[in-house]
Amino acid sequence: MNATHDVKGALDGGTSAVSRRQFLAASTVAGGSLVFAFHVPLAGEALAQPASAEVNAWVVVHPDDSVVIRIARSEMGQGTLTGLAQLVAEELDCDWSKVTTEYPTPGQNVARNRVWGNFGTGGSRGIRESQDYVRKGGAAARTMLVQAAADEWKVAASECRAAAGVITHRASGRSTSYGKVAAAASKLTPPATVALKDPKDWTLAGKRLARLDTVDKTTGRQIYGHDLKLPGMLNAAIKECPVFGGKLKSFNATAAAGRPGVKKVLQVGDTAVAVIADTWWRAKTALDAVIIEWDEGPNAKASSEGFDAILKAGLNAPQAAIGNQNGDALAAIAASARRIESVYSHPHQNHATMETMNATARYTPERCEVWTPTQNGEAALAATSEACGLPVAKCEVYKLHLGGGFGRRGMSDYVRQAVLLAKEMPGTPIKLIWSREEDMTQGRYHPITQCKLTAGLDGQGNITGLHMRISGQSILAAVFPQNVVNGKDPIVFQGLNATGPEAGIGYTIPNLLIDHAMRNPHVPPGFWRGVNLNQNAVYLECFIDEVAHATQQDPLALRRKLMANHPKHLAVLNAAAERGGWGQPAPAGVFRGLAQTMGYGSYVAACAEVSVSAQGVLKVLRIVAATDPGYAVNPQQIEAQVEGSFAYGLSAALYGSCTVKDGRIEQTNFHTYPVLKMEDMPKVETVLVSSGGFWGGVGEPTIAVAAPAVLNAIFAATGRRIRDLPLKDQNLKRA
Amino acid sequence: MTQLNVNGAMRTFEAEADTPLLWVLREQLGLTGTKYGCGIAQCGACTVHIDGVPTRSCVRPVSSVSAAAKVVTIEGLSADGSHPVQKAWAALDVPQCGFCQSGMIMAATALLKAKPMPTDADIDEAMTNICRCGTYNRIRAAIKVVANGGNAKLAGLSIQHADRSTT
Repeated sequence: MNATHDVKGALDGGTSAVSRRQFLAASTVAGGSLVFAFHVPLAGEALAQPASAEVNAWVVVHPDDSVVIRIARSEMGQGTLTGLAQLVAEELDCDWSKVTTEYPTPGQNVARNRVWGNFGTGGSRGIRESQDYVRKGGAAARTMLVQAAADEWKVAASECRAAAGVITHRASGRSTSYGKVAAAASKLTPPATVALKDPKDWTLAGKRLARLDTVDKTTGRQIYGHDLKLPGMLNAAIKECPVFGGKLKSFNATAAAGRPGVKKVLQVGDTAVAVIADTWWRAKTALDAVIIEWDEGPNAKASSEGFDAILKAGLNAPQAAIGNQNGDALAAIAASARRIESVYSHPHQNHATMETMNATARYTPERCEVWTPTQNGEAALAATSEACGLPVAKCEVYKLHLGGGFGRRGMSDYVRQAVLLAKEMPGTPIKLIWSREEDMTQGRYHPITQCKLTAGLDGQGNITGLHMRISGQSILAAVFPQNVVNGKDPIVFQGLNATGPEAGIGYTIPNLLIDHAMRNPHVPPGFWRGVNLNQNAVYLECFIDEVAHATQQDPLALRRKLMANHPKHLAVLNAAAERGGWGQPAPAGVFRGLAQTMGYGSYVAACAEVSVSAQGVLKVLRIVAATDPGYAVNPQQIEAQVEGSFAYGLSAALYGSCTVKDGRIEQTNFHTYPVLKMEDMPKVETVLVSSGGFWGGVGEPTIAVAAPAVLNAIFAATGRRIRDLPLKDQNLKRA
Repeated sequence: MTQLNVNGAMRTFEAEADTPLLWVLREQLGLTGTKYGCGIAQCGACTVHIDGVPTRSCVRPVSSVSAAAKVVTIEGLSADGSHPVQKAWAALDVPQCGFCQSGMIMAATALLKAKPMPTDADIDEAMTNICRCGTYNRIRAAIKVVANGGNAKLAGLSIQHADRSTT
């Protein structure tokens, strides 16, 4: 069985032969007729393509030797399609120039006993958590293909070898190709065990290969959720109650219903109003004409000022969940010769993916299908089933490429909405697209926290005790409350744990206490690229910088002293400091700052160079970023992720803030929620320190060192210690 | 029925006069390469050329575009991705999620036509589109590749392509 669920744009010079499973979105453009043929699976269709062979769940080989590698994780720009395909192809020994990828569907995963494992795409886990089984999938397929050739030749498989999709038997001089033996291979029993290559022997993995999905993104042919078109489809726009926790009280659709193209004006659940129309623009403008009255509920007067007071109280509360503890920090601080204390804060932020949330759904009493860009296909499938009331076996989700994810598309709220709308018009596909305003005000925001750090010092300036008290929101309490045990959300402590891939602290402190007073204002938090590592690195790395300056120590020297037992952390810090020129004179007016952390299995550090004018205008000039992800699967894409991470992290540090007034988010679009643009983007130099022996993620960890490295450089430039973000709201004039 | 000259062909459509050009392109004419990002001319994902001028089509009422004006979208830049800007973008693997890249390419194409050898300051001034993946440095490098005759090796990325070329 071969599954075609990807929406592919096939460029065709003129009239296209359209198969049963294809349909046309035809458009005439310059130079004649240009036809886009999309593969869009329709209800109840067999997905098999004749004559192609599924060797195993990961590998399909066509008679022309082209290879389709199945990828369960979602592509949202991070390059996972290419990186995971490299790992499979490496073990498969196929011809890379003949490789394409496709998504299996969540429904097929359920039907096949989760043969593709986890579809969840977040936490920088695409490669680090699936590398083992996808490589084994490639190796098993190679073993079966070679065995099929050996069987045909009646020789031992051990006498045959495979390279670039060709199998040869040297003794007899025979050779064949994967395409010729794939059908026979698919009937063989998979090997019980396979040996994986030593990474030093890799020829595809570890190389600076071009992405497999670039060209369509330069021609406009890549189909995103916004672009999907199904036969008979209608479009929808929606407004949820802008106050989280509020409900719809009433609405007057008189003006909207008479507008051109409008099919329905309707309530969605208890909390939203939507318009369904022939085009999205007509739906959106009609929705603007609906007069809506909300029951704003208990949070109608909530504000960011109120949240600040709630979090401040948590900084001194007696009750807190302990995340990391050794010795007796409070006693050591009480007994110390000198004490340093600072309070930091981190605001709410919106993911602001370029493509707003969207999903297309078609419901009949027998089956419900959804086409959507999602970071979690299986969660989207569960949400579909729950919203439509049909069992999972009668539901399906087809994943589309994401126009950005950053954690927001791990949620399925927009899928639920689309299904509820489709249920109102059985048989008609409904494409729901959020306006940017809806996207900005219905986010799942970066959690707000504050942190009070208290260090006790001895007479020589050594840290004798450190207490980090975090106060604020828990993502798990909102999203996966079953994972909060005894009031403790373990991911609050990312980067601050004693050990482990989910971010061990890089310092040895003789007496340490890191605890969290959970305070959950009503604004829903979500996983936001980098998650809690982001603010934790700001808190700790800026405070270490404070201690260094307060004790007249060089920030690098102090860190080295505290990091002697953390050689991997230290190696990337040294790499960033060295390439960044730490300790060497900087150009006139240029100042440097350092930061390091660990997260998502990788070690990262940065050296930032900034200038600040007499008027307090900041320019981030250069970032040197060192990363140790263990094994590097595609160095040029790791560089792209590091650069992108800095753009995301710097955007947050410079501009990112969502504030609440009257229970609702005040920022409604990019004019009030500015983000980093070209003119703000520093030069980024990536130092890849691939020490091998482990698998770390690269999509997120570097974000966390962007802000603290810049904040520490700002202190060096101005003497101002910035403890609250974003920087656009801070006075940066020299102190 | 209203007429527009899009990508060299006269197209007819029906839409309210105040419908933004973006939505006519996407919904009436099926040209979905031009994207909706913000609807208020902030992000540039909707950038098209009108008589060669980069224009944010999300705030441009279609009634204000005359049938004589030449509208070019990403689909009209080349039939096969062979425009020098598209080629540089592919050679440098510029896109990540890719959603902003149609607008970026249209903005860059207009910049390079007006200033074939743009300075960094020219690039900063002209390229005000938003990319949330943070591809800005590769965009800057790709613009410079085009300005320097298309030699992608200038960017120093050493990317190995499926056809075994390296850029």
